Parts: sequence; structure tokens; C-alpha cells
Amino acid sequence: MRVALFVTCVNDALYPATGIATVRLLERLGVEVDFPAAQTCCGQPQFNTGYRRETEPLVRRTTRAFEGYEYVVTPSGSCVAMVRDHYPKFGETSLPSRTYELTEFLVDVLGVTDVGAYFPHTVTYHPSCHGLRMLGLGDRPRKLLDAVKGLELRELPGAEECCGFGGTFAVKNAEVSAAMGRDKVRNAVSTGADVLCGADNSCLMHIDGILRRQAVPTQGVPLRALHIADILASTEEEPYV
Amino acid sequence: MSATYLGMPSFPEAAGEALHNVTLRANLRHATHTIRDKRARAVAELADWAELREAGKQIKNRTLRHLDRYLEQLETAVTEAGGTVHWAADAEEANRIVADLVKATGEREVVKVKSMATQEIGLNEALEAEGISAYETDLAELIVQLGDDRPSHILVPAIHRNRGEIRDIFAEKMANWGRPAPDGLSDSPAELAEAARLHLREKFLRAKVGISGANFMVAETGTLVVFESEGNGRMCLTLPETLISVVGIEKVVPSWRDLEVFLQTLPRSSTAERMNPYTSMWTGTADTDGPQTFHLVLLDNGRTDALADEVGRQALRCIRCSACLNVCPVYERAGGHAYGSVYPGPIGAILSPQLRGIQSEIDASLPYASTLCGACYEVCPVAIDIPEVLVHLREKVADQGGKGHRLEKAAIKAAGWVLDHPAALAAGERAASRTRKLHPKRLPGAGAWTAARELPELPAESFRDWWKKNRT
Ligand code: SF4
Repeated sequence: MRVALFVTCVNDALYPATGIATVRLLERLGVEVDFPAAQTCCGQPQFNTGYRRETEPLVRRTTRAFEGYEYVVTPSGSCVAMVRDHYPKFGETSLPSRTYELTEFLVDVLGVTDVGAYFPHTVTYHPSCHGLRMLGLGDRPRKLLDAVKGLELRELPGAEECCGFGGTFAVKNAEVSAAMGRDKVRNAVSTGADVLCGADNSCLMHIDGILRRQAVPTQGVPLRALHIADILASTEEEPYV
Repeated sequence: MSATYLGMPSFPEAAGEALHNVTLRANLRHATHTIRDKRARAVAELADWAELREAGKQIKNRTLRHLDRYLEQLETAVTEAGGTVHWAADAEEANRIVADLVKATGEREVVKVKSMATQEIGLNEALEAEGISAYETDLAELIVQLGDDRPSHILVPAIHRNRGEIRDIFAEKMANWGRPAPDGLSDSPAELAEAARLHLREKFLRAKVGISGANFMVAETGTLVVFESEGNGRMCLTLPETLISVVGIEKVVPSWRDLEVFLQTLPRSSTAERMNPYTSMWTGTADTDGPQTFHLVLLDNGRTDALADEVGRQALRCIRCSACLNVCPVYERAGGHAYGSVYPGPIGAILSPQLRGIQSEIDASLPYASTLCGACYEVCPVAIDIPEVLVHLREKVADQGGKGHRLEKAAIKAAGWVLDHPAALAAGERAASRTRKLHPKRLPGAGAWTAARELPELPAESFRDWWKKNRT
């Protein structure tokens, strides 16, 4: 099977490791991965801030970049939500049905939950609003994490609450955003896990930014934020570093 | 809308104050979390919740599409039943109508049933200016009124107060307004409720004029409906000789059958009860019972403007249950006062800018008072897609320009150009990586970001470059 990777702008520029992990993971599962270089950004930040006209060229560009691919896979739930919920408003109706969030693709299309990963850590999972409410990812990420060798999953209190990122909300309402983020971090720390895992690096960037500012230790090991792709790509032979 | 809130600072500024008020945040967090958990349980009991929600949405949509027809039908029915209908285009007109009606009775005091519409128009203040005292009789409204405070929640206007604070307000202020609080009043809920009961009873028995709003108006019969928990509303609706109801034009429903849906969804969404304890319905006047004179003031006050907006009009479906406030993480931290309106929380963020326009600082900032997390949409019993309306209103604010938005637009345009040219994007990423020790602090918005958070460390190489080296 051949798929196109939509790495997304945040991952491309700030979290390339997540893109690389996604490629390694999919290839390990026998999927051939392409990276159409014409892709850039889905347009979500512009659209959600109220710049619809400025979003339009990006909608066209992204749609064109993935023409001809049966499956487009991305390690970013919020970008899938943009494509699914809002592209039809721009008259683009073919890309939405072919675009999959990574955990959705693994469970629904490839039909796997055990991806052969190894990650010897305690992990707590933050579901992210887009994954939770717009995509309805449900327990797919949990099932994948449950099957990881060495991984112990801990319940995150208040998991369904927004972390406070919200795109430009994080700077337009910085104080409220940070207060929400600190509560999320407090809940994550209370689990005693050493990794907070999510499926969206934009939320993780915000949470990680607060974690590093606060430098909260949990049982001696500082809690860190990590994308689920990094965990699923990690194996005994090639562990996450 | 009410003059009380003119000149409010923008949402982020007002929210900052609440964030630093530890008691307020604790009060809010406790109250909203308790009620949201109860709501979830009450809703889960109904197997057909999704269908009821869809039905509520459809009923309201159809009514809004033919609003003129249903309002005329309502006017005819109310008139035939012995009532008088008045039309008010804005707050000023509505206040004048009500003040004149009260003055015509020769009375100087009125008792009030909790009503959002009369708060929206600032009726109490307008009556006060005419020498008429308006007494709130809902327990939470009484607390707000005695405390010389503003409501901070649709359903529980004094949600930001705890029991200790309420005790102090009663002990200090009740005497100025009528019967004083009993000596040695404690902060036990039973004692507080009893103090309020004694204080209010005196007013119910004396009042000749009652003022209410309504949750629904039934077009086919001209019936008005009030849902409540305490029974104080029923006292105001039945004891006085004259009853004046001020109701937003969007509150009409075509028929009695339609109530079946909202009788199930409203109480469960708002108080997490299967059925609210008191549902009062009245149709015009009756010779043997209740008020002998009934006036209905139909209030527009920006509603037809909202109706004209195809995306925004769904806000008029709102049945004011307040479920969206209780699940909103932004409301929980910012508090109700930060929204600068009697409609706080997610619904306030879309309703106020539509009713008042987006010219003021507060109204232009409200559409951004959300992370678009979608929790409000998920609980709304009439399925108002609040995130969709927020984004729609952001477009209007961005278009209007003004403070901050010109710079933002320029930045978005510049970023848009780069994002439409992948080669330029790659070059930019490379340049950023090379200078990564210096660069991030100079990004727009970095200051607001770094006030509470670290910026991510820039990687040595973009994904794009990694791919080029390793896979092509
Ligand atoms: S918007 Fe929906 S959830 Fe919020 S108060 Fe109105 S009806 Fe209730």
C-alpha cells in the first residue's frame, strides 16, 4: 500500500522527529510512504483566526498536493479536523474522505493495534479536543498504547478538558491559556507518569512549554510531552532517544 | 443593550482580574464541575437524547424562518385572551413602555421573576430612574441585587459567591431593602434560604405589579411559560393585580406540542433535574384568578439583525439553559463578569457581539474568548455550533480592522505567501535552524507566549530536509 504523508507545517518546522517517526512506523508496517513536496499548511491557523480569504489558497494548494492518493496520513488531529470540517466550505470535497489521522489509519485502515513497539515508560494520554470531539478518535490511541511492550498507561484526570492552546488563543488570551495549561500539567503530574502523550504537536508544544518553565519533577524523573508517533515508532532494536 | 456594561475593557484584560482572584476561581470551579457532572448523568438517562436535541434544533429553526408569521399569530392569540401586546425595537423603548405601564397603576414598587431579557435592557436601573423600586425575587438574583453586584451566570447569577459571602451580604444589606436578616444568621443553606423567604414574603404580599420574562411563548394559544426551581416566580405571576412580561421575540414556538421537547431538554441541561419543580403557564387574563391586567412587551433589541446573518442566527435558538457555561474551560477561569454582558460564557461570546454589534472593545474581543474546544457545542440541547459562529464573527472583526488586526493581517498575508511557495518555506526553515539560538524570541506574539511558557527549541533540520537527504 502506498500513502502520502501530510506532515503539517508545525511538524515540518518544529517537530521533524514526529514526521520521521511516522515514516519509520508506517514503513515498518509495510506501507510505502510518499512525501509530496508541494504541501505546506492546511490553513487552520488562518481560518480559525478569521482570515478566510487568506486561507483559500492554502486549501487549494493542499488539495492539489495530494491529488491521486487514495490515503493521506497525518500525525496531527487538528489538521484532519480542518480538512474534514472546513474544506467542504471551500468546495473541496474529495480530500476530506481520503485524509486520516495516524491512529485512525492504523486501527481502521491497516487493522492493527499492536504495532510491535517497545517503550519502557509510564505514560498518560491527553486526547486533545480535535481528536476527541471532532474526529471521534475514541479509544483508538489507547488501544495502540495498551499494546506497546513495556508501557504502563495511567488515567489522566480531567482528560477531556482542553489544554488551553487553541491556536492564536494561546497569545490573544495568554493568561487564561496558561492557567488552563497549568491545570492540565498538574493533572498529568498527579498520575506519576513520566511521559504525557498526545496526537497533536500543537497542544503538546503548549503543554511542553509550561512543563519546561515549571520544571516539575515526578518521582525524580521530569515529566515530558511526547507525540504518540514517537512512542509507536520506538522498538527494542531502535528505541526512542 | 444595557448601559451598565459600556466601556468594559476587552475580554483578556477583564479575565486577568478574575484569574488572580483565588476565591472566585475556586467558587466557580466547584460549582461548574458539580453541575456538569450531574447534567451528564441526567442526560444519559434518556435513550433518545440525540433525537430530542435534533428536534429542538429543527423546531427553533423553523420558527426563526417564519418568525414574522408566528409573532403575528401570537399577538392575535394574546389579545383575544385579554392581554395587550407592545412591540419594542430596542432597550430604551422597552424600558419606557414598562415604566409607563407601572406608573399608570400608581404603584412605586414591583416584584420581579428572574428574567434575562429585563437584565439585558437594564430595566431595574431604568425604573429606578423613574422612582420605581424593582425587587428581584429569585434567590440568586436577590444576592446579586443586595450585593450591588452584577450577575455572572445565566442560571446561577451569584455563582461567583460562596456561602460565607452570601451570609455577610444578607446580614449587612437586607435591612436597607425591607425585612432585615435574623440575628445571628449562620452560613448554613437552610438558614440562608429561610432568611430570604421571610424577606421576600413581605414583598410578595404587598406587591400590586409583577414583572417577568418567559422561557417560551406558544403562538397557537398565546400562552407564556416560565420554568423555575424555587416557586418565587409563581408568587409573582399570580399574586399581583398587573403582570408585565418582557420577552425576546425569538422565544416563540408554534404549538403546545413543541413544548414536549423542551420540557425534557431544558431542565436536564440547566439544573440537571428530570423536571423543574415549577412550570407556570398563563394565557391572557381570567376573571376569577390571577392578575387582572396582562401586558406582553415583545423585545427586538438586535435580534432581527442577528436573524439576518445566516451563520450567526443559530444563536437565537438558545433556550438559556447555561449548560455551555458549565463545561467551558475559559468561563471557568475568566468568570462571568469578564464577558461584559448579562450573557456570559460561550453563548455570550456569540450572542452579545450579534445583539450589540462589534464596534466596542469588549464586543470585538468576545469572538476570540474561546479555544474552539467544542465542549459547548457538544452539550447544547439545541445544537448551536458555537465554534462555527465564533469563527464567523472573527472574520467580521478581522475585516473591520482596528486595534491589532492590521498588524495581524499583514503577518498572516506574509505567512500566506511563504506557505504558498514551498521553496521559500524550506529556505526560511533552514535560515531559522542556522540562527536557532537567536530567532524564536523575535517571532510575533512571542512575548505573550513566553510570559508563561518556554518556546519550543528549533530543530537542527526540518522534516522536509530530512526527507530529501534520506528518502530521495
Ligand atoms: S447556547 Fe445552548 S447550551 Fe448554551 S445556554 Fe443556550 S441552549 Fe444552553
